[in-house]
Parts: sequence; C-alpha cells; structure tokens
Amino acid sequence: MRTLIILLRKEFRQIFRNSAILRIATIMPIMQFLILPLAANYEFKNINLVVVDHDHSSFSRQMISKVVGSGYFRLVDYVGSYDEAYELIETDKADVLLEIPVNFERDLVREGGQKVFLAVNAINGTKANLGGSYLNRIIRDFNKDILLDFMPGAKTEAGIDVETSNWFNPKNNYKLFLIPGILAILVTMIGGFLTALNIVREKEVGTIEQINVSPIHKGQFILGKLIPFWILAIIVFTNGLILGYFIYDIVPQGNLLVLYFFVSIYLFAILGFGLLISTFCETQQQAMFFMFFFMMVFVLMSGLFTPIESMPEWAQTIAHFNPVTYLIQVIRMVMLKASTLSDMWPQLRVIASMAVVLNAWAVWNYRKKS
Amino acid sequence: MQEEVVIKAEKLTKRFGAFTATNEVTFEVHKGEIFGFLGANGAGKTTAMRMLCGLSIPSAGNATVAGFDVYKETEQIKKNIGYMSQKFSLYEDLTIEENLAFFGGIYGMSDSEIKTKSKQLIEQLGLQKEAKKLVQELPLGWKQKLAFSVAVFHRPKIVFLDEPTGGVDPVTRRQFWDLIYDASDSGITVFVTTHYMDEAEYCNRVSIMVDGVIAALDTPHNLKQQFKANSMDEVFYQLARGAKRSE
Repeated sequence: MRTLIILLRKEFRQIFRNSAILRIATIMPIMQFLILPLAANYEFKNINLVVVDHDHSSFSRQMISKVVGSGYFRLVDYVGSYDEAYELIETDKADVLLEIPVNFERDLVREGGQKVFLAVNAINGTKANLGGSYLNRIIRDFNKDILLDFMPGAKTEAGIDVETSNWFNPKNNYKLFLIPGILAILVTMIGGFLTALNIVREKEVGTIEQINVSPIHKGQFILGKLIPFWILAIIVFTNGLILGYFIYDIVPQGNLLVLYFFVSIYLFAILGFGLLISTFCETQQQAMFFMFFFMMVFVLMSGLFTPIESMPEWAQTIAHFNPVTYLIQVIRMVMLKASTLSDMWPQLRVIASMAVVLNAWAVWNYRKKS
Repeated sequence: MQEEVVIKAEKLTKRFGAFTATNEVTFEVHKGEIFGFLGANGAGKTTAMRMLCGLSIPSAGNATVAGFDVYKETEQIKKNIGYMSQKFSLYEDLTIEENLAFFGGIYGMSDSEIKTKSKQLIEQLGLQKEAKKLVQELPLGWKQKLAFSVAVFHRPKIVFLDEPTGGVDPVTRRQFWDLIYDASDSGITVFVTTHYMDEAEYCNRVSIMVDGVIAALDTPHNLKQQFKANSMDEVFYQLARGAKRSE
C-alpha cells in the first residue's frame, strides 16, 4: 500500500510538471466540441441549384419559388438550355439540376401529370443524396398543393399520409446525437494514448530498468500507472459534460451517477488497452502509431457517424469487439433516453469482461524479467 | 583466508536462440570487495549482470546472490541489491530530493529515515543548492554520482554498476571511485563493469570475459605478473585480441 502511494505521488508530480499533458487534457475537449459538430454537420443547407426552365409558366415559377423558399437551396442560375446547366454542374458551381419541360403547365392541368428531370452531382455523395431527396419531397408537396388548389375533387396520390415523430430527440438535432459520441472518443483518446505513451516513455529513457531491479510488484507498478490516468480521464469527461451543457445546451436526461459508473468501468478497459499496447512497444513512436491505427478503427467502427447495423456482417463482428461502440451506446442511452443501470446490463457485462481480459493480458505481458 | 561469499555463479549460461551470450561462467564474489567485471563490447558482461540482478532468467547453471537463488528468489534478490544501469535512469523531471524519496520509499525506507539520509547525502555530495532542482538540469558527472548514491541509498548488500563512468571526465571519474570506496568500506559489495583499464586497477579482483567465457580472474597484481604485462591495459589487450565477436 505504501509502495502504491509512493508510486502515485511520483506519477502525479510528473503529470503536473508536464505542461503538454495538461494542455492536451484541457484544450483537446474544447477543440473537439467546438469544431467536430460543425465539421460533421448532417444538415445540408445552401445546396447549389441550377434550373432549366423550358416552360416559363406561372406553375414553373411557383415551383421554383417553393424550392428556393425551402431554405435548403440556393438558386445559382436560371438558364434556358440543358447544356448550359450541365456546364455549371461540370464546373462544380451547381450540385443539383432541375429541368422543367416545355408545356409543363399545360400538360399538368390537362393530363394531370407531367415529368420534371432531376440530376444530381454525386461526387459528394451525401450532399447529392440529401439534395435529391429534399427536392423530391418539395416537388411532391407542390404537386399535392396543385391538385388540391386547381382540381378539387381530383384524387390525391398520397392516400396515406405518414406522420413521423422523432422520439428522444424531437427536433432531430444531429448535435444531440453527435456530442455523446465525441465525449466517448475524448475519454478513449485521453485514457488510451496517455497511458500507453507514459509507460513506453519509461522504457525509452531507461527508468523502467531501475524499477525492474527494485522489489516493486508488477501489479503495484501497473496500478500506479492506471490510477492517475483514470482520474485524469474522469476529469476530462466531466469537462466534456460541462462544455456540452454550456455550448450546446445538452442536459443528460438520465442519472449522472449511472453514466459515471459505466465510464469508470469503461476506463479500466481502455486504460488496460493502452497498457497492453505499451508492453508491445519499445519507443513512443511505435506506441503512437499503434494507438493511431486502433483509434481509427475504433472511431469509424463505433457507430459514431454511421450505424453499425448497416455495416456488412464481418464489420459488425469487428464492431462488437470495439469498446468504443458500447460506450457510445451507453452515453447516448443515458443522455437522450434516460436509461437506467438495468438497461445497460448487456453493455456493462461486455465492457467489464474486456477490462478484466485486457488488464490481465497486460500484466502478464509486462515482464520484469526476460 | 575464508571470506563470506555473496555472489556465487556456477556454469551460469544464457542463450538467445543459437547465440550463447554467456557460456558456463563460474566465479565467486566476497563480501565487501570491489569486483571488476571486464570485457570487450559484446563479451557477455551485461547479460551476466542482468541474470545476477534477477532481470533475466539463466538458460543453465546456478547462481546465488546474497544467498538467494536467481531462478526462484529474484524478488528476494531485488530487496538486497542496488543497481546502476549504463543508461542514466533517475527521473529527470523530478528533483534530487524527490528521486531520493521515491527510490528510498520503494525499498521500504521510512519517511523519517529518507529525510535524514537525504539531507546527509546531499551535504556529502555538496548539492545543497541543487536539491530542489530538477535532475535534468544537472551536468552529467553529477548525475552519475547521484545515480550511484541512489543505488546505495537503501544500504543494499551488493551494488551492481554497469559501466558507471561512461562519458565522464577523468576528475569526476576519480571522485566517482572515491564514492565506490566509501561504499565498499561501509561493507557494501561492489560489482562493477568497465571499459577503463585504469579503473580495473582500482578493483580488488578482476575477471576478464572474452566471447562469453571468463578468460582470466585474479587480482590486478597477479594478472599483470601472469601475463608479464606492465598494466591492465596490456593484459586486456592480450586477452581480447583473440576475440571472435564484437558488438
């Protein structure tokens, strides 16, 4: 016990003396919270639209004004021929092309139907997809209005109206979805990276030799490394919650104690992972590359940006071995759905076993002798 | 003269794959003596020393350090030895006092003992002004003296020094050896590897390793007579010339 206290005292002295660690721990959360949600914006506005109007009727003008009025599109140009419009797409000045055929109004009134042509620049897939579907929805709406306004009694196409309501995130605010994920990434990076680098640093400068010839047990040594970074990560997590509240007005719906309980267990898993990486590396450079590799996989396969369910089966298998997946699930559950401890039992079980396995492996792998 | 044996190695061997780093090394070290462990680069000195410190498990042979077995009782050995590695290995981002408190503490010294002995040591080394400075700010020579003092701070029975004076100027080296003599006088056995043949003359007994085996072992005086040489340098040269491996 006394040995552990001596180790902790030394570790904290070194952490507080290391301005880089303190800076990372304070600045990283702020930067990630301010920048990432903006960068990973799922709502597209200002999609550039070019319209080719062969009809020049009041209907075509009404439709165009409805599209522009939706706020999602910016009318870049209003041209007379398809070729001119296509050039704008080619030069990347427009994302979506809407072509209104000749006799649009006449056919619509007379025959009750007409076709418009929609072309999207799919180089930016997400933007094109969303732009296309927005435009579709607006035109369908317009269609319905016309049918009601001009042809009362005509059969509207949509006999069934689907009314959607977004549970747990009523306004479908993507930030509410993203921030918990960023929080998860944050504690993972701080916990994993710093632990791995710290131990490898002792190897690199040679102080670990001095520890290895001393009567310190490897369990003590490893606890002495885990506890400080565990505390640091909890502090960073707390900072993240506070920032989320002040910047994005996000108030966790569930019990904070439940959240902290899960994060505490999770941290043992991720710190154990950092520890394990450190036992395989001789230099900080190696450790850095190792961690980067795993972090990329962890982040992209965690369900932060894209749902795991839509990944191919083999990728889903990998995602199930990804601790970050579970943390993101739980943080979202607690923050948005007010889930309780009993709801997260499956995640807790997986994370706890990961913590045990990773730490045991790391302790076993950390040899005091060769 | 029957002296107390503190290190005993019998046919101690370490193989790494097909390579035999130390091959059936046999020797004894007596209590309180300064035992020089010489050899060219790659001769197997460090490997032998690491086995004795409990850092490396021997492939074959037997050895005891302070009466404890190097296979089964490494944790007991670790309580009874001090070690100073080739590479400076105190914490550079801690002060002198903090380093002493840390290393004293992990060897189970009490806080009051650490306090009085730190003060004493710092005065003895004349480092009063630097006591609260970070170790990284000290010049190399002082760092080496400090590292040695930390290695014997908890009064081990044996201290292992792995090329302790590498890169240090002659004056500091001399002072360093004064510290070694002090430790030896107080009953600590000193096991030291070195490349400097003038330092070999300071040892009570010297062993010279060539290609993983001990080629000679005796007092410097006897060795010089045996090899009809004027200095240890010549003795070493005669032995090491035949070495097949280097680095």
